[in-house]
Parts: sequence; structure tokens; C-alpha cells
Amino acid sequence: MSEIREVIINNDRLATDEYLVNMGPQHPSTHGVLRLLVRLEGEKVLNIQPHSGYIHSGIEKMCEAITYPQIIHLTDRMDYLSAHMNNEAVALCVEKALQVEVPDRVKYIRTIMDELARLASHQLWWCVFGMDLGALTTFFYGLRDRELILDIFEETCGARMTVSYNTPGGLMFDIHPNFQKRVKDFIKYFRTKLPEYDKLLSGNVILRERTEGIGHLSLNDAIAFGVTGPSGRASGFSCDVRKNQPYSAYPFVKFNEILDFRCDTLARYEVRIKEMYESLNIIEQLIDNIPEGDYAVKMKGVLKLPEGEFYQRVESARGEFGVFIISDGKKNPYRVKFRSPGFSNLFALNKMTKGHKIADLVAIMSTLDLIIPDIDR
Amino acid sequence: MKSFIEYIVSIFKGVWTLLVGMKVTAKYFFTPWNHVTQQYPENRDKLVMFERFRGEVIMPHTDNNEHLCTGCGICEINCPNGSIEIISKSIVTPEGKKKRIIDQHIYHLGMCTLCNLCVKACPTGAIVMGQKFEHAVWDRSLLTKVLNQPGSKIAEGVKE
Repeated sequence: MSEIREVIINNDRLATDEYLVNMGPQHPSTHGVLRLLVRLEGEKVLNIQPHSGYIHSGIEKMCEAITYPQIIHLTDRMDYLSAHMNNEAVALCVEKALQVEVPDRVKYIRTIMDELARLASHQLWWCVFGMDLGALTTFFYGLRDRELILDIFEETCGARMTVSYNTPGGLMFDIHPNFQKRVKDFIKYFRTKLPEYDKLLSGNVILRERTEGIGHLSLNDAIAFGVTGPSGRASGFSCDVRKNQPYSAYPFVKFNEILDFRCDTLARYEVRIKEMYESLNIIEQLIDNIPEGDYAVKMKGVLKLPEGEFYQRVESARGEFGVFIISDGKKNPYRVKFRSPGFSNLFALNKMTKGHKIADLVAIMSTLDLIIPDIDR
Repeated sequence: MKSFIEYIVSIFKGVWTLLVGMKVTAKYFFTPWNHVTQQYPENRDKLVMFERFRGEVIMPHTDNNEHLCTGCGICEINCPNGSIEIISKSIVTPEGKKKRIIDQHIYHLGMCTLCNLCVKACPTGAIVMGQKFEHAVWDRSLLTKVLNQPGSKIAEGVKE
């Protein structure tokens, strides 16, 4: 009812052959509880109004009541596929405020973990993208390879997804003795499997037909909407935080920022596939050179940040993730704001989908790689 | 005419890409023995979790029913969501001194997010993470556990 009322209030009456359809919150292709109010003319999408908030958990407000080391376990649960990066953002922000310099060992391990998490996230995205387009096989192939990364996480961090591994001042544990061997085995294995991904899906005629020229997002629009991450880079927006504002061990490694200027769904697909190769390159450069040293700096029992405002951004698997902390000198933050990539990316969907068919909406939304708890927080 | 030839060629190219993809799936279809998943409920006896796996918080006891917990409450302060409650009692030691010791270390597994902060903060290493992960029960009250066993006492020589 309320949607219909909105339409009438905006003095924007539906034409005779137009209708409003709710896509979600239980629709499988929205990957969670996201509701899209789609205005259709036949099969043509005229307008999309995203309604988020179904899984809003008040994480920003909860952060005001807990101490800084305790925030870590909440950021795991926002964007659960890039938990390492989210944890790292909070850890780096607190370290920046306290002016703590972490040892090189911590930086190297953090970067390796980031890239492994990015690989795992892109693998899951790849399986789900195939599944959204109707190719169920990709789902099993992607998850098969992702399992090996989750095993690495489980052995070193103690959990598969909600890792809570980065803490302010360092890491929760030192790496497991098997860690380096396992990562090297995985890289060797995955280098043989990535070409299989291309054979299976990238060259497939059905995928090409459904993605080429669909969902055009121009560079200006990408910047205007703040679309970051692989989705932004596919529009030629050079927004890689790892390159522009290097943190942790990224200044020590050589890698390319993957850019594509075709701006369509296929470009976003190929940027992610190429990023997996880049992630493997970054890990290969670091894995043999982890310096000796402590895995954490000795921090005080109760962390109190100095009064002021602190911001730290990192590149999560979906784009730029930012943490903004306002401190009033107490042990709890006064206010915490997370800049999540999913939220900005979601609202470019309307621009990208206008005029396309409803089946294209599924493909376009899938390439944005939305994680709903990341949007709602 | 040219567009017609392109159309025919595109059909054959399209079918070729499908065949390339099916070659990959066929390879796995005819060599399944390398790619089967874990048979989970059947392999329970042999299933070994990684030693750092966080399944639940436990308090190890020695054979003499002794533990290392002093009841200081640091784990309770460090817990982000109130999963741990420490109930302490005061006793009089044989030397005539008053002393606070632990009565019950209550752990709400249903609220725990397994973030490892309590284990990391514990000054005596009294609590550790257990590997058990099958926590499903029929009654929610079974998820509230008392970690120190009845009749247990603190081990000799634990610095308070």
C-alpha cells in the first residue's frame, strides 16, 4: 500500500500498462533480505527503488557501548566475506589514533590475509554470478576452491568466516606453522583451476550474450554515485585504495590496478577475474618474505583514544571500506561510522538498469556483488 | 548475405564455447574419485578439527578436579555481549584470612560470538576454546553452562 501511496504523492501516476513489483525481500537473486520496488512496463524496467533495512542490526550504535578491541567482532558480521579487511580498518584506525607502529611481520600477514579473503570473496561471487544466470555447475566449482582458503583461515585464525584475527596493535595469534606451506599449495592449485573458470563460464556464449553491453555505468556516474571496488574500476574509475593510499604491506609489493573502460556487466565480470590473478601475485611476493618478529604490540589493558576524529579506509573485496571514529577520550567511542561499499554501489543500480529487461536486472545486481548486512549494518 | 554468414558462424562459435565448457565438466564427471566431498555425519569418529578452532569456551580440569580460575572477572569485563557471568563467594582460609574465590563461572553459549577476547585476556589461562561444534539442543536453557565442575577447587600455586 505505502508504495502505491508514494507514487500518488509524487504525482507520478502509473500508466495503464505499468505495474509495481516487489523483488524480494525473499528473492534468491537479491542474496539476502533486500527489497527492490521495481516499476515495470511489460518486461522493461522503468525504475528501481531499493528498500534496505530488513537486516539492520544497529552495529554503529552498538559500537558506542563497547570498547575498541570489542568492535572487531562486530565488523566481522557486517561484510562477512571480507571480514579480514573490515577488522583491519578498525585496527588501523585505532593504531593511527594511538600512534602505534606495528611490526613488519604484522603488516605482511595482514596483507596476505586480505588477499586470501579477497580471493575467497571473488570465488564466491563467481559461483553466485554463474548461478544467477542459471549455471549451477559454477556454484560447486567455486565453492570447492574456496574451501581451501577457509581451511587456511580455520587453521590460523580459528574460524572460517567470522575470523576476528586483526586486533588493535597486531594479530590475535601468530601464524600457524603450516600456514606458508598451505598457502603455497593453494596458489599452485588455484593457478591450474583459474583457467578452468574461464573455459567454463567466461567464454560461454550465453554469458557473453547476457552481459555484453548490459548495465552501462559511465565513469561520471560511477564517481557521482561513489561506486568503488571492482564495479567502479570496470567503469574506468581508478579507485583502488591499495594503490592510492597504500596501507599495511601494499607499499612493498608490485601489482597492477585492473581498469576496464567498457563499463558494462562483462567488464565488471572480467575485472574480478583478473583481480584474482593479481591477488595471487601479491600473495606470492609476500609469502616467502614474512619477516621475523612479534605478532602484536603490547597494548594497554584499557585502550583510550585521544579526543578527536579519526578516519581510515581500506580496500575491501567490494570497494572502499571506511571507518570514522569520533572519540571523546573515554574507553568507548563517542560515535562510529562505517562507510560500506555495498550501500553506495546499490544505489547506482537504478541508473544501470533503466530500460533493460527484468532478467538483466538479476545479472547487473549480481555483478555489483552486494552483501546485505554490509548495506544495512 | 554477409550478415547471414556471420549469423551462421556465430552459431557454430557459440556451440563451440559450450563444448569447451562441457569438456571441463566431463573431466570431473568421469574422474569423480578425486573430487568427492566429506561424508560429514558418517565420518564423525575420524573428524579432527584444527587445534585453534573456536567451538565453545571450556575450563579444563585436572584429574584432582582442580582448575586455574581465580574468579577475577577479567573475562566478564572483556566479553562484548555479556556471555560470561562470574559469581564469587568469600571464604575464610585455614590461616584465618578472608578470601574471594569462584563459586560459579556461568557461560551463555547462546549469546557467545566466539571472538576469543576472554581467552586472550585471562591472566591465568583458566579458560580455553574447545573444538566441539555440534551445539544444537532442544531446550534453550541447556545452552547456559557452568564451566567449573561441582566440588572443584583452584589448583595450588596459581598466582592471584
